[in-house]
Amino acid sequence: MKHTPTYDLECQDLAKNFGSFRAVKGVSFDIPSGSFFSILGPSGCGKTTLMRMIAGFEDPSGGDIRIKGKSVLGTPPNKRNVKMVFQHLALFPMMNVYENIAYGLRCNGVSSAEIKRKVHDVLERIALPDVAEREIHQLSGGQKQRIAIARCMVLDPDVLLLDEPLGALDLKLREAMKIELKLLQHQFNTTFIYITHDQSEALVMSDNVAIMNQGEFEQIGTPQELYHHPKTAFVAGFVGDSNRWSGTVTSSDGTGGQVETDQGLPMTFSAAGGTKINEGSKVDIFVRPEFIHAIRANGANKSSADGDNRLSGVVDSLLFNGANSRVLVRAQGGELVEADVTLTGNNDIKPGEDVELVWSSRQAMCFAQNGGA
Amino acid sequence: MQKDIKRLSLILLFAPFTLWILLLVVLPHIGMVILSLREKVAPRVYEFGFGNYLEFLHEPIYWNTLIRTGSMSLLVTALALIIGFPIAYYIAKIAGPRARGGLFLLCLIPLWVSDLIRSFGWILLLRETGVISSFLVWTGLIGTPVEFLYNDAAVIVGLVYTVILFMIVPLVSTLDGMDNSMIEAGYNLGGNGFTVLRRIIIPYAMPGIVAGCIVTFMLTAGSYLTPILLGGKNSSWFTEQIYNQFITRFNWEGGAAFGMLLLLFTSLVIWLGLKLSGQTLANTVAKS
Repeated sequence: MKHTPTYDLECQDLAKNFGSFRAVKGVSFDIPSGSFFSILGPSGCGKTTLMRMIAGFEDPSGGDIRIKGKSVLGTPPNKRNVKMVFQHLALFPMMNVYENIAYGLRCNGVSSAEIKRKVHDVLERIALPDVAEREIHQLSGGQKQRIAIARCMVLDPDVLLLDEPLGALDLKLREAMKIELKLLQHQFNTTFIYITHDQSEALVMSDNVAIMNQGEFEQIGTPQELYHHPKTAFVAGFVGDSNRWSGTVTSSDGTGGQVETDQGLPMTFSAAGGTKINEGSKVDIFVRPEFIHAIRANGANKSSADGDNRLSGVVDSLLFNGANSRVLVRAQGGELVEADVTLTGNNDIKPGEDVELVWSSRQAMCFAQNGGA
Repeated sequence: MQKDIKRLSLILLFAPFTLWILLLVVLPHIGMVILSLREKVAPRVYEFGFGNYLEFLHEPIYWNTLIRTGSMSLLVTALALIIGFPIAYYIAKIAGPRARGGLFLLCLIPLWVSDLIRSFGWILLLRETGVISSFLVWTGLIGTPVEFLYNDAAVIVGLVYTVILFMIVPLVSTLDGMDNSMIEAGYNLGGNGFTVLRRIIIPYAMPGIVAGCIVTFMLTAGSYLTPILLGGKNSSWFTEQIYNQFITRFNWEGGAAFGMLLLLFTSLVIWLGLKLSGQTLANTVAKS
């Protein structure tokens, strides 16, 4: 017997047009059961429309949505076993916590003894056993968040959709909730689909991330794949920080070669995304700051740094942020280059010093510019 | 110095308000209470007593009229709510932002015309030689012209038309403050249209509903022109009784007692309504 993986949600060529505006342009993806899937994209890329189609609030203009293998096209939102945590949570202020969680069970005609058991059970699982009788306005931001998730999870959904639910929280709480969400997902073992424009939320929590741009998926993969092996220039620029150069290929063997940037710097690169780069084509090169080593120009260990790209410049400013400290180096061409540095507290690089920037061509991801080839 | 200016501006701000409360609300009502407690024992001879109130209790026509006014006002309020709620919901939730302003303005237009003219409009439509009657004769549905005026239905229609705006305005403002995702969450968690309306939209709009009901009930119970013009002599509205006491019978003491009774009665109804709906004045009328 052939083994077929089970998918909680499959979308095929899903599209949505608002008049002549194409918000979602034929998106296809499958989400395996019990995984944490994020859709990451800048605002206005169509991710919310995509989510509203899955929840049933918008009708797709084309394509198919299958939940647990069954098409849900034409199924009204209240008949789909897809629950949603809204951006502003949408807890019902006129009901207390117990009634908020019981609402969905009551709609399904569950007996009141069963409702009582289930509500207390789910409150236990989100570690808030004593808040049942509280009013919504008496809860803290993090508690509201968990109640909003509990309200959905008590209904045992096939898929839980989360629409940027951390957006309204302050930074500290957001960091804590990231970890908590991931733990909750493990605990309930339900498929979570998380929509966000915040890449750190997506990268930290997800098993798989889809990068969405202008109504299309640019790439789907694990956070590591997206970060280290982006398939398109958009992904390389959107996920993580990068230094970016534009240039023209001077010599190429298909997978790597030499480029002269628009500022006139020679640079070696390796082609990213498995594409062939031909001589003479216009390209964009991305290099992440953590792969660029900044070394004092007159330092003793100048030659020990490994890398086939070198660039000298002057430290323009130092961006101190503990372990994530960074230097901005003004290169000879005049452009600013970011490089990560480790600051030990004594004898560190200071602004105004001459430095040499070194990086390997393997870390220089190169993409042919659209229409430039 | 700064403190003095602050105090002065406070006094200046509150002076008109205090004058209004004292001269136009408190003083007349004190006068009414005193007037209503004067019993006429002989021409130009008065003594303190509850005779004017006792007369109201002894004469069934008086309290029947009051009960009738109260129940008809409740009916008008209920009709205004039933008709006004979908309109308010459409304006606040379904109409686009540009249509919303236009629709709201359309609701306000009848207010530009006086009560009197509006009632005459209904008379033109409903009287025996009016538009509706003539139209029905012309189509052959009825043989002879019919008088639609001077009955309870005409009074109720006219009153609902006059007060519905005061129901729509507070409803629109509360429904406007409701996040659309609350309604979507209601559906998402498995509720059908009726459940969402009953468990989410109506409880959320309750302050607006109560505020609208209080205002429309007060306006209806205290209205004079519409019941008289559309109901004729048979309308038996309680305000008409007050008018009769003051003007026709020149019995100011009796009229004052009736006025106080109307105030007490409507206050009692509203108090009961607030108790039953579990709302307070502070979070309903004061809010919208």
